[in-house]
Parts: sequence; C-alpha cells; structure tokens
Amino acid sequence: VSDLTTLTARDIARGVRSGAFRAEEVAEASLERCRVVDPRLHVFNELQAERALARARDVDRARSAGQLLPPLAGVPVVLKDNLCTSWGRTTCSSRILSTFEAPYTATAVRRLEEAGAIVLGKTNMDEFAMGSSTESSATGVTRNPYDPERVAGGSSGGSAAAVAAALAALALGSDTGGSVRQPAAFCGVVGLKPTYGRVSRYGLVAYGSSLDQIGPLARDARDAALALSVIAGHDPADSTCLRRHVPDYVALLAGETRPLRIGLPAEFFGEGLDPGVRRVLEAAVEVYRRSGAEIAEVSLPHSSVHRDASGALASYAIACYYIVAMAEASSNLARYDGVHFGFRTPSSPEDIVDLYSRTRAEGFGEEVKRRILLGTYTLSSGYYDAYYDKALRVRRLIQEDFGRAFERCDVILCPTTPTPPFRIGEKTQDPLTMYLEDVYTISVSLAGLPAVSVPCGFLDAQGTRLPVGMQLIGPLFEEGRILEAAYRFERETGARVVFPGAAT
Amino acid sequence: MDETLVRHIARLSRIELREDELERLTRELDTIISYFDKLRELDTTAVQPLVHAVEDADVLAPDDPVPSLGAEAALANAPRHDGSFFCVPRILGADW
Repeated sequence: VSDLTTLTARDIARGVRSGAFRAEEVAEASLERCRVVDPRLHVFNELQAERALARARDVDRARSAGQLLPPLAGVPVVLKDNLCTSWGRTTCSSRILSTFEAPYTATAVRRLEEAGAIVLGKTNMDEFAMGSSTESSATGVTRNPYDPERVAGGSSGGSAAAVAAALAALALGSDTGGSVRQPAAFCGVVGLKPTYGRVSRYGLVAYGSSLDQIGPLARDARDAALALSVIAGHDPADSTCLRRHVPDYVALLAGETRPLRIGLPAEFFGEGLDPGVRRVLEAAVEVYRRSGAEIAEVSLPHSSVHRDASGALASYAIACYYIVAMAEASSNLARYDGVHFGFRTPSSPEDIVDLYSRTRAEGFGEEVKRRILLGTYTLSSGYYDAYYDKALRVRRLIQEDFGRAFERCDVILCPTTPTPPFRIGEKTQDPLTMYLEDVYTISVSLAGLPAVSVPCGFLDAQGTRLPVGMQLIGPLFEEGRILEAAYRFERETGARVVFPGAAT
Repeated sequence: MDETLVRHIARLSRIELREDELERLTRELDTIISYFDKLRELDTTAVQPLVHAVEDADVLAPDDPVPSLGAEAALANAPRHDGSFFCVPRILGADW
C-alpha cells in the first residue's frame, strides 16, 4: 500500500479486516494529511485527533481478539458541523452555537460509528446550512481543493473538500436544497441526497424540516452505496423517518447490469447553463448512449429556467423553494434565544425581549438574518396565503411534473450546477445570484426525490482544471437505481478518483 | 417593502437591526419578495398544497415513556443557570 489516505472506504475496511494494515495506521495517516492540508483549505471547524486514534485502537483490539469486524471498520469519516455529537462541539459554523456541546449523538453518526467508522472531526459549512459556498460560515470560507481561489460549494463544503483532498474516505453532509450535491459537484466527488425520510434526521440541527436530509459524500458510487446502507432505515426518534425496507445497495451494484432509460429534461439544458458545463454533460450522455442506455427527452415545466422581461434568470422552483425553506427556517431558528443554550449577548438587556433581540442580532450572520426575516414575513398575517400557501401548491405542481417524467424513464440526468466552481467573493453581493446556484437541485428537494451528483469530467477555466458534476435523479425510494446508473458511468469511463493538486 | 414593515418583521423575528442594516435589508428583501411574486403567474386554484413530499408517511409508535434528558444535561449549555433553572432578566414590569 503506497498511501492509505487515497484508498476507497471498502478497500480500507477490507485491509483492516484482513490485517494488511491497522486502523490506527490509517487514522494516523489521515490525521497527518489533515494537519498539512487544513491550513490551506479550512476544512475543519474541529479536528478530534485523540478520540479518533483511541477509536481506531479499539478497532484493532477487536480484530486481535478475533471479533468479526463491521463493514466500515477503520474507515476515516468527517461530519458536517450540524450533526450533533455527544463529544466535541456542534457549532453549525455560527457564532450563536460557538460553544455548544450537544448532549446526544445523531442517529446517522451513531450508525456510522457502530459500523466501525472513525470520526476525524467536524467540517465547515455555511452558517446553519444557509448558502451555496461556505462563505456565510462564521469561521471563514472553505477553499476548493482544485483551485484555492474558488469556493468548495456549500453548504456541506468542508465535507466535500475533505473527501476530495483525501483527508477522509467518507463524509456526511446535509442537503436541504442541494447542499450535498452542489459541493460534491464543485469538488469532484460523489454526493447523495436520499429520499426524504430515508435517513433519520434525529440529531441533525433543523433548517428546513420538510426538506432536510442527511447524505453521504464519497469517492465513488460503491462507497456511497456502502455508506447509505449503514445510515438508512427507520428510527423511532424521528417521526418523519420512514418504515421502508432498505435494500442492500452494495449487492445491487455487484449484480447484473439492468436495462436503463435516461430522461433528459430540456428545461435544465437551456437558459443559464454554462457552455463548458453543457459540453461535459453532453459527452456524459454519449457515454450512456454507447453503453446501450435508451435516451428520452422529458419535461419539467414548473422547474424551467427562463429570462424574465428584465433579462434576469427566473425560475418558479427557486421562488417556491426559498419561500418554503425560509418559512421553516424562521420557525426552527426561534429556539436560539440566549437562554437555553449557546451565545447570549454580553450587553445588559432591559428585559427578556431585549435579550432575545440583541442575542440574535449579535449571534446570527447576515444570510441567516435575511432568511429569518423573509420567513417571518411570508408566514405573517396577511401574507401567508400569497406566499407560503401559494408555494406549497406550486410544490405539488413541481412534484407532479417528476411523476409524469418517470413514466418515460428510470433516471433523470441533468447538470448538478449551472456553473463550475466560482471565485470566492464573486456572488456574495447579490443574494439572488447565489440562490440561482441551486436551480437544478431544489426542485428535486421539493419533490422529496433521491438524487446523486457524480463527477463526469472537467472543464478548463483559464488554465485551471475544474470538476463538473452530473445529477442523476430517481423516483421516491429508488436510491438503488441512481447508484446503479452512477456505477455504470464509472465502469464505462474507467473513472477513478482524481486527487487535486492542492491535496498532494 | 419599506423600512416600517422591515422594522415590524424584525420585531416579530426578535432581531435588533442597526440603522445601516435596516436600509440595506429593505432593499434586499424587496428584491427577493418581487422574485417570490413571480409565482402569481401560475394558476393554482385547483391544486392542493403539498406539505410533505412523501404523503403516505403516517408513522405511529406505541406510547411508551422512555428516559429523556436530565436537568443537569439540559442546563449544561445554558449561558446562565442556577443549577435548577435557566436565568433570564426580569420578564414582567419593573415593579416586580
């Protein structure tokens, strides 16, 4: 073995099981890489080296004692900093939670650890997962491993950069409108958003509760399948987590190749799409066509992107998504009050309302305040019907479009993002420009569908190679189908994980 | 959207705004709300609201009590507490 940090999760687990190397060696190699790379990229909010090494030694002892090792034994993982852990801090990259130590551990995290995974630390994100670039983080921006002048995407930017830069084999992120898929595309890794309710949200700090879903980031489809198998399934602690059978995704990918019908939504290949991204996507479609897949055109009219009278890019889905997400956010974030936990204003407030208002003014960043204010507005008396109720109706129209499209195909293929990774600071002045980053991922979230972003090629931007992601969308509960399609692409192209220069 | 309305929303949201913030936010919120207004172009009179993506999800569980967070753990992150209660400034009038 030349370098333990570049192995896939399944190869690490296999090596630890067989005794080819020890879990402690893997953890040491990963932590060493973290110490070298993190100062350049700012991946971590907190690195938890001692605990990771102790846990790795536990795995090695279990093996020495002759115990059967679980599927992720010794695999280094990182966690987005909105996943509660009963150790260390859980900050959501927000000043208001900068000292928060959660009293319990998220179910998905507990399942990873029970499967033998070694948690290295908590990763940077947009504050409360509100953003598409990690630029709204109170701890600073995470840089893209392919070009440190560019963003890693967001909101799970730290998790995506960690997997791309070979700091960890797997990561967990959370996806409300694209927050796993978009950074995965920007960092050239696989990022999966499961069906809403497939993975327990217990211990995930709430943002948009009807949309939030935890998902894995990995180096390839088979690792993503392995991670999903571990974290998916009913949890009595989350009433929205469904009692549905969880298929063996790993076995599914190892099985026979099944016929595949791919749908291309015309609306996602038109106005607003970067020509370089389009070329890479068209080549990816050709790969599928040559492999014998059927290609059909489908339509998602209520998710279309068009120019309005003023020439600006418009999308009903964007408006619908931000109304729903901000309304839910304004309600969820009411709990940060300077009383129960977290930051409290150091000033001397006159009364309790003053305490709340100053604490929240000083504790929240700009984007979070904007979203709370907008959510409060759309839910307030006199505006509820015009905005929130209206958005919920449009949400059904968007979901129905997908239902019709899946009558004609097994999987929908489209870009994950309209542009390649953008430069730090490029979109922070205009919130709407940033919101448009999610234009291909949000309708999937509104419809609750599973989708995976898969690296499908590179484009050249003034001499820098930047990764491009394609999004594969499936019907409800069909994670297996999209992972199969992703794996098919990897086999056809002989795709291997590419590690960017900044990491080596 | 004007400054009076933003002030009102900020009050409802329990967020104190500085004067410079107020001016900038009024502009930004106005632009975003105008964007939201595009949904009016769609006729949704015959469409039912969709709150949850998976509508057959009715998860029931037996009503069995299980241990929950104890007072010590619940207070551990409080900015101020006295061992049993959260401490806050006075809630009622100064006479109290």
